[in-house]
Amino acid sequence: MTEPGREVIRIRGLNKRFGSTHAVIDVDLDIRRGEVLALMGANGAGKSTLIKILCGVHPADSGTMEIDGEAVDFRSPIEACEAGIHTVHQIINDGVVQQLTVAENLALDEICRPEGPMLLSRTAIAARAREIQAILGLDLPLGRAMSELGQAERQLVAIARALSHDPKVLILDEPTSSLSEAEAARLFVLIEDLRARGVAIVYISHRMSDIRRLADRAVVMRDGRTRAEFAKPLDFDGIVHAMVGHRVSEGTRAAVSGGRTVVEIRDFALTSTSAPFDLDLREGEVVVLTGLIGAGKTEFAECLFGTATPHAGSVMIDGKPLSAASPQHAIAQGVFMAHEDRGNSSLVAEFSVLHNMTLPFLRHFSKLSLVVPDQERRAATGQVGDLAIKCPSIDVPIGSLSGGNQQKVVLGRWLIQPCRLLILDEPFQGVDIGARQDIGRRLRETAAGRATLVICADLEEATEIADRIVVMRDFSVVGGHSIDGLSLDALVAEISGAGTHATFA
Amino acid sequence: MSTQSPNPAAPVGAAQAGAAKSAFTVKDFVIKFGLLIILAVMIVVFWRLEPAFANARNMFSILQAVSVTALLALGVTVTLAIAGFDLSIGSTAAMSLMASSYVMVILNQGTVLAVIVCLLLGAFIGFLNGVLIVKGRIPDLLATLGMMFLLLGLQLIPTGGRSIAKGMTLSDGSAATGSFTDAFLALGRYRLFDLVPLPVIIMLVAAVILWVFMERSRYGRVLYAIGGNEKATRLAGAPVERYKIAAYMISGLFASIGGILLAARVGRGDVTSGSSLLLDSVAAALIGYAVLGAKKPNVFGTAIGALFVGTLLNGLTMLNAPYYAQDFVKGLVLVFALLFTFGFASSQRR
Repeated sequence: MTEPGREVIRIRGLNKRFGSTHAVIDVDLDIRRGEVLALMGANGAGKSTLIKILCGVHPADSGTMEIDGEAVDFRSPIEACEAGIHTVHQIINDGVVQQLTVAENLALDEICRPEGPMLLSRTAIAARAREIQAILGLDLPLGRAMSELGQAERQLVAIARALSHDPKVLILDEPTSSLSEAEAARLFVLIEDLRARGVAIVYISHRMSDIRRLADRAVVMRDGRTRAEFAKPLDFDGIVHAMVGHRVSEGTRAAVSGGRTVVEIRDFALTSTSAPFDLDLREGEVVVLTGLIGAGKTEFAECLFGTATPHAGSVMIDGKPLSAASPQHAIAQGVFMAHEDRGNSSLVAEFSVLHNMTLPFLRHFSKLSLVVPDQERRAATGQVGDLAIKCPSIDVPIGSLSGGNQQKVVLGRWLIQPCRLLILDEPFQGVDIGARQDIGRRLRETAAGRATLVICADLEEATEIADRIVVMRDFSVVGGHSIDGLSLDALVAEISGAGTHATFA
Repeated sequence: MSTQSPNPAAPVGAAQAGAAKSAFTVKDFVIKFGLLIILAVMIVVFWRLEPAFANARNMFSILQAVSVTALLALGVTVTLAIAGFDLSIGSTAAMSLMASSYVMVILNQGTVLAVIVCLLLGAFIGFLNGVLIVKGRIPDLLATLGMMFLLLGLQLIPTGGRSIAKGMTLSDGSAATGSFTDAFLALGRYRLFDLVPLPVIIMLVAAVILWVFMERSRYGRVLYAIGGNEKATRLAGAPVERYKIAAYMISGLFASIGGILLAARVGRGDVTSGSSLLLDSVAAALIGYAVLGAKKPNVFGTAIGALFVGTLLNGLTMLNAPYYAQDFVKGLVLVFALLFTFGFASSQRR
């Protein structure tokens, strides 16, 4: 019907707001037949929202969407499917039913169809399943339970099911995030085959190696807008630049070089295949650990906080070996950490600002195990003042605060007591610029007397607070730069791994 | 989800619900004090219908009847606070009842030993529950359900399924030589100033201690934090596994105290005595969610919840309501109280 390269979907002026968040702003996007379009951007850039509008989960506030020249306005995911847009979501297990067999999963859409037959024959299901897997030339164990399959095979089942409807557009959201290299390679062959058949593929991934292998075109989103578009041959430094660093100014502030060394990390290997590295963290210095998603930043921090164990290497804190088997041990040895995703990993939704703030240090505010309200309130009130937390009182529920103020509460919690190493994982997620500056300011004010490690993928945020920027790639530290005379190009090249011949997957 | 308007058929009666719809303050008031008001109204109504209901002796009888249920409910409140559940409290209490009878009647031992054995058993059962849940990774409902069945059978094994009473024939043909000691029976029957039953005092003391523990101590704070967000609590440095095991041990301990009081009141190791305890005490703890608009398991609410159920049943009995109507009314109250907490009150969230 349409020749390769022609647009299947044409999006113009798309907008979507959630309350005060403008998630998608004036997005124009063309999706073409027989092409793999890489949709890229940091967390919160608006990719997911855009995809959800595309596949009918959210209606757009304004803007138009045309499929093969006809205007569409999806009210539900089913309508999007009927129009030929199929999505394989990031979390594979949401898309398959573990308890059913592979055949039943492949034929699930037939089984669930309301107008379908009331009684299902096994042979009919098996026949339909064979038909569906033939589309991809797969040979799956149809009689096995889904739960016995590996991640890649589950992914293939989900994709095969999407393909059984002969889609015009296939959206793959982080399809390789839980796959091994061999499994990913198998998926890539499949995607290339689909492209050859003229399917339009939207591929969302943070993995540069995936993009290198597959993408014909890349669109980068940032802060809800499409910021840049790249055609083949793709300029990978340009992509990283557009994703994480477009407003970064070089060398704005003199670095604090730091006092004596607090943390000495030696021959540290996160996995059996990652390159070992050394890293020193000094008193008074704010070190930002940056790198793309999946580079191993959080995994590294978790080793320091006792929620993960490294493959090899040693960590010394003030000259003594750090032996953190749990957060409890890490905290006792002076390592504090505020995790990313504060809603799930830091805050107790039912608790007030006060109770959230003091949770790790109740012992310090207790006599005979009974909490002394005065001491507890004084400590929390002090943090509220220092961090300029906007809340009517420290007794209001944490959920009534804005994201930025919630993040300040999380930081305030870990500033209540002195520590040797403070780790903040993506502290600026969902934080407005005012709160971000307050957090950065307070972090620098309190930095003396401890080492500070901030994980931050966004270079604009990184340069705002860092004395030194350390880059991670492929689960290893690959470089460090003082903020003085920072060369952004060198930094970006290190993050993306250009120049080095990046290993496949 | 979009915000829903409050359900006009809310549990408090049409007049109050209508008012709540128009004014936020009235609605807040109803959510906060609704259950206490209903309790007060109920007492007045029973008193008007049956003046004997309101005399001091009957009031304390209600409390006495409630004390065992309340103790079990207090224990289960702690497991509810960590977002867990303990279904084995009823059979733990029954176990404690049989164990105390066994120690005194068959082993011919004294009061102190009987009580200590029961308390240790209760704490140990709780410990097992906790380990099954934390280390064995069995979901709380299933682990404690399994424990419930296990105990129901286990308590009957030493006596071959028979109730324990003074002078009963043992398996070797001889008669049991021991009996319930007077001191032990006093635990369930003695009335202070010839008015206030001892179980009521024990229950109130236990309730006050638990209230301080849950509301004022740092341990209680951490337990509630675990119920709210287990991951965040672990990352804040709390030894979550130990806290969870401790919660089940508290639950087991309170259930065994309840069992002791029950044994002391009935004065024999009756195999059927503990049968309705589980559901009554769970109902009391769940009704407690609605007291003072707490919307969470809480000690004060649980105590009021137990009183609520006890008052209702006592009043109905005095009015000669048939026994089967009592279960129906209990269920009705529970459903409405839950609607109060979750349905009616949640429409103001977000």
